Amino acid sequence: MASDVLEKKGPRAHDAVPTFTVTMIVRRFDPEVDEEPRWVDYDLEMHGTDRVLDALHKIKWEIDGSLAFRRSCAHGVCGSDAMRINGRNRLACKTLLKDLDVSQPIYVEALKGLPLEKDLIVDMEPFFDSFRDVQPFLMASSKPKDGKERLQSPEERARFDDTTKCILCAACTSSCPVFWTDGQYFGPAAIVNAHRFIFDSRDEGAQVRMDILNDKEGVWRCRTTFNCTDACPRGIQVTQAIAEVKQAIMRGKP
Amino acid sequence: MPGISAETVPSPAPRGKYPLPRLTKPKAPAGTIYRGNVGMWSWVLHRITGVAIFFFLLVHILDTALVRVSPEAYNAVIGTYKNPIMGLGEVALVAAIGLHALNGLRIILVDFWAWGTKHQKLLQWIVVILWIILLIGFVPRHLMNVFSE
Repeated sequence: MASDVLEKKGPRAHDAVPTFTVTMIVRRFDPEVDEEPRWVDYDLEMHGTDRVLDALHKIKWEIDGSLAFRRSCAHGVCGSDAMRINGRNRLACKTLLKDLDVSQPIYVEALKGLPLEKDLIVDMEPFFDSFRDVQPFLMASSKPKDGKERLQSPEERARFDDTTKCILCAACTSSCPVFWTDGQYFGPAAIVNAHRFIFDSRDEGAQVRMDILNDKEGVWRCRTTFNCTDACPRGIQVTQAIAEVKQAIMRGKP
Repeated sequence: MPGISAETVPSPAPRGKYPLPRLTKPKAPAGTIYRGNVGMWSWVLHRITGVAIFFFLLVHILDTALVRVSPEAYNAVIGTYKNPIMGLGEVALVAAIGLHALNGLRIILVDFWAWGTKHQKLLQWIVVILWIILLIGFVPRHLMNVFSE
């Protein structure tokens, strides 16, 4: 019964959305065949409600099943499908085609600055290594009062609210011109996650993290280009967070 | 499976209404240029002007040091600078130093002042406006000197 209704309604609701033709130019690379990545064009008929991820699905499911890309939740939460769309780092699942200029081809390529593995997939290990290096977990030696929770005022919580939003998609780190040329740089994402604990009133490891980031390859590599802030799909003020960590290091305390 | 050569493996046929994907010549094999915002381009300009100013200073210190060797040689070298090409070069020099100085102040404000971080785009435009005012004050007067001699 219910499925009958769905089947009858489905196509009609679908047709109501206008379609348009869009050219996707995807930078593809098969490590077993190609020496260099190559650009491949696909002409697709898409709907106004479709996202770049839907276009990639259409290519993979209907034209060429060998196209490789990461995606998990497809709704901007897991951070798997960060890629360079028309030269800017975006999540494919949060970028509507109609918000791009569909009269022009849409260029899709892997994140810059991380080792390319296949098509749109890069090796994220260097990125996660930097993340691990800042020790992104609560460090507390004391037992919580009354044995239950570590209480915090709303103001204390608000201090680091912005940097709790990170989904580790690597859009910021791989948009950073410093990171492209110096892979040793911790990168914006690691500093954002350090910021999240440095300014947490319950945490006792701020000094440890500030010592780690007070390094040649730490916060001082930041040249405030604001590429990371523009790239962040969660709207985190990344450059501001980095500036706050810089100032905390100079003060010697959060 | 033995006996299957590359020819006998069926190639994936185009299905449905889509034509086969076209292979294009690599328009940009190295990938597209990252489309950063004003912040990225001001960083690029800051780096370029910084390197250029460094090389100017290198030459400048050398030719100024020449006065210790012999004042006549110094005068001869400085004399060769008095031509319109060098005059235009001086315009480029002042433009580069002005931009580098103002942009450097902006970077300090962005790093040390939360307001500056939040309003970085406004600061970028303030830098451009101050830079243009600086050049309006300098370039016409300087070019009059260069071309009247």
